[in-house]
Amino acid sequence: MEETHTPKLPLIGEKAPEFEAPTTQGTLRLSDYKGSWLILFSHPADFTPVCTTEFMAFAEIYPELQKRNTELLGLSVDSTSSHIAWVRNVEEKMGVKITFPIIADLNKDVSTLFGMIHPAQSKTETVRTVFIIDPEGILRTILYYPLTTGRNMQEILRIIDALQTTDEYKVATPANWKKGDPVVVPPPQTAEAAEARVKEGYDCKDWYLCFKKL
Amino acid sequence: MPCVSSDGKPTGTGVNTLTSVKEGLTTPDKIVEATGQPMFRVRSGLRELVNAGFLEEADGEYSLTETGKGVL
Repeated sequence: MEETHTPKLPLIGEKAPEFEAPTTQGTLRLSDYKGSWLILFSHPADFTPVCTTEFMAFAEIYPELQKRNTELLGLSVDSTSSHIAWVRNVEEKMGVKITFPIIADLNKDVSTLFGMIHPAQSKTETVRTVFIIDPEGILRTILYYPLTTGRNMQEILRIIDALQTTDEYKVATPANWKKGDPVVVPPPQTAEAAEARVKEGYDCKDWYLCFKKL
Repeated sequence: MPCVSSDGKPTGTGVNTLTSVKEGLTTPDKIVEATGQPMFRVRSGLRELVNAGFLEEADGEYSLTETGKGVL
């Protein structure tokens, strides 16, 4: 029986694998982004409708991301020339300038490294992935969307806000949290701490579910 | 933006970076601080200029090679 080799895919909490790739802004390495947050995202193909709406939406939130020390890096299995032609077309026809780089992953090196090709969806195109990598190069969030569903930019911004808030204040963020909402105090780890928790002045529903304003 | 064109010559961005190094901005941090460019772009540009022989790097500090000096 023929053995197939499945590369180990990077998981949340692990170091994101280093790569060097041609982009619309020259050759870039993952390590070039050390010190800033990075959203590495793939799209199925240039000159396709859903991807075009996504790129315009990514361009719209890019200034907000930059305020959060966060960069964008796109990727698809297309050539640099195709990316350049598409970006020029988006600017000319839609009036939106794409200022972040896009990887031309024609040999599928980076998409294979990050598990961006899901053969049951397409053997040649990347699905819509989002990898959020922190300033130390650690993978902090992975999102996968099918070919037919465009991504929600407000959710991506929300995740960046949540991760940065967690890092700064050592708290967690509850369902549907938005910047400015109360955060979750990490639950106590001992019975004694649980007893004390409800008297610590937090907004507690019970010892394991306490909120506070930042 | 790329700092070296396909014919091996520095682009406008490349010349600007070489000028920055000549004026004493010899680390990526100094160039970012002075120019406001994103760090990823500065790092990749410096690497291109080193690979093309216009700059050399030692202990994180960049300096012009004779070829680099010849461009300015």
